[in-house]
Amino acid sequence: MLAIVDYDMGNVRSVAKSFERVGIESVLSDQREVILAADGVVLPGVGAFGDAMEILHKKDLVKTLLEVYQRQKPLLGICLGLQLLFDYSLEKGYTEGLGLFAGGVKPIETELKVPHMGWNELEIKRSHPILRDVKEGSFAYFVHSYHVVPDAEELILATTEYDGDKVAMVAKGSVVGIQFHPEKSSLVGLQILKNFGGMVDAR
Amino acid sequence: MLAKRIIPCLDVDKGRVVKGTNFVDIRDAGDAVELAKFYDAAGADELVFLDITASHEKRDIVLDMVRKTADQVFIPFTVGGGLSTVEDMHAMLQAGADKVSICSPAIKTPELITQGAKRFGNQCIVVAVDAKRIGPGRWEAYIHGGRTPSGLDVLEWVKRAESLGAGEILLTSMDADGTKEGYDLALTQAVSRAVKIPVIASGGVGTLEHLYDGLTKGEASAVLAASIFHYGEYSIREAKDYLKRKGVHVRP
Repeated sequence: MLAIVDYDMGNVRSVAKSFERVGIESVLSDQREVILAADGVVLPGVGAFGDAMEILHKKDLVKTLLEVYQRQKPLLGICLGLQLLFDYSLEKGYTEGLGLFAGGVKPIETELKVPHMGWNELEIKRSHPILRDVKEGSFAYFVHSYHVVPDAEELILATTEYDGDKVAMVAKGSVVGIQFHPEKSSLVGLQILKNFGGMVDAR
Repeated sequence: MLAKRIIPCLDVDKGRVVKGTNFVDIRDAGDAVELAKFYDAAGADELVFLDITASHEKRDIVLDMVRKTADQVFIPFTVGGGLSTVEDMHAMLQAGADKVSICSPAIKTPELITQGAKRFGNQCIVVAVDAKRIGPGRWEAYIHGGRTPSGLDVLEWVKRAESLGAGEILLTSMDADGTKEGYDLALTQAVSRAVKIPVIASGGVGTLEHLYDGLTKGEASAVLAASIFHYGEYSIREAKDYLKRKGVHVRP
């Protein structure tokens, strides 16, 4: 059973339904006991970084998520959920994040359109269970105006080209972060969610 | 590289698709959810539902349709039509829509854009603009389904909408709409250049070349089309193959 952290930052229903489609049970919750009892945890989210951290603090979820990490439970951050896993964000000022990944969240600076919105190709940098049966060049659906910049390149699993390489996926130990929306990335996205289920089962 | 997007638009009334339901080989083509699934499988990059349900009391039917679509369709979709408060937007997004589109209410109450963007994120808020040409290089934004001039210059309005927090512009040329003679390319290009956010071109598509023109000469990030897909004149696949042959980057 997965716990999907439901903390009023965007619609989490699609994430639950996507897991359901690939045969993985999940529960939506903002309760510490439920989250810590789950075999794996998903942190989704859309909206502003600062608002999200404020809610996580208010709901006492910051400690809970750090505990999930310490217990080495598989943890998946999606979109804003990925960004929250980093040390800090420069969105609307400086906000401290969860600090599971070393690095920061910075604005996408480009002459191209912002947000980076739509289907873009994945360039796979290294193999990982989350990428099982995902082909190089697969298209995934992105929508973001800020991007993560890890301190160490070793974190990066996949990038996408948008006026230079932007990070699409990162992983370290039991934690995986995805900038695009797997729940909106059709068959490729469903495969990735299924793979996360596989990581949870393998643990 | 980011792919250009092809977006079929479905007009729905009380949860039923009201246009072009007679071509696809599915049991109930009037069923919005079935048609959405069909387009997902056919390779559409996103979907737009334009809700023309007149009565506010029937809103629950629409929400139910959105919920069922979100349960079964794993590409992004936008719902527009009749949303005039932040609560209306919230209900749609909670039901599973990825974005909401607002037209007249955005002009009447521009704070709605800011409130929506602040609460749900800019990327959720699509500002739809119905543009009518009033002179060379000049267009006016219309409201009430294109019946009433708003007095707003389109280029000024889209820039304002962007600064208020819109994440995307859905731009319909009222002059081109229904003509099948192609998008208003001058309008599309002018708006695409006026804002940093993506622009979806709409209104006037009759051929695949029109899609190509909208994405290249019009500089749009995405093209919306209804009748050419709904009546089976072209499939999404044919559109993408054509664009790819012409050098446009599309998702296969």
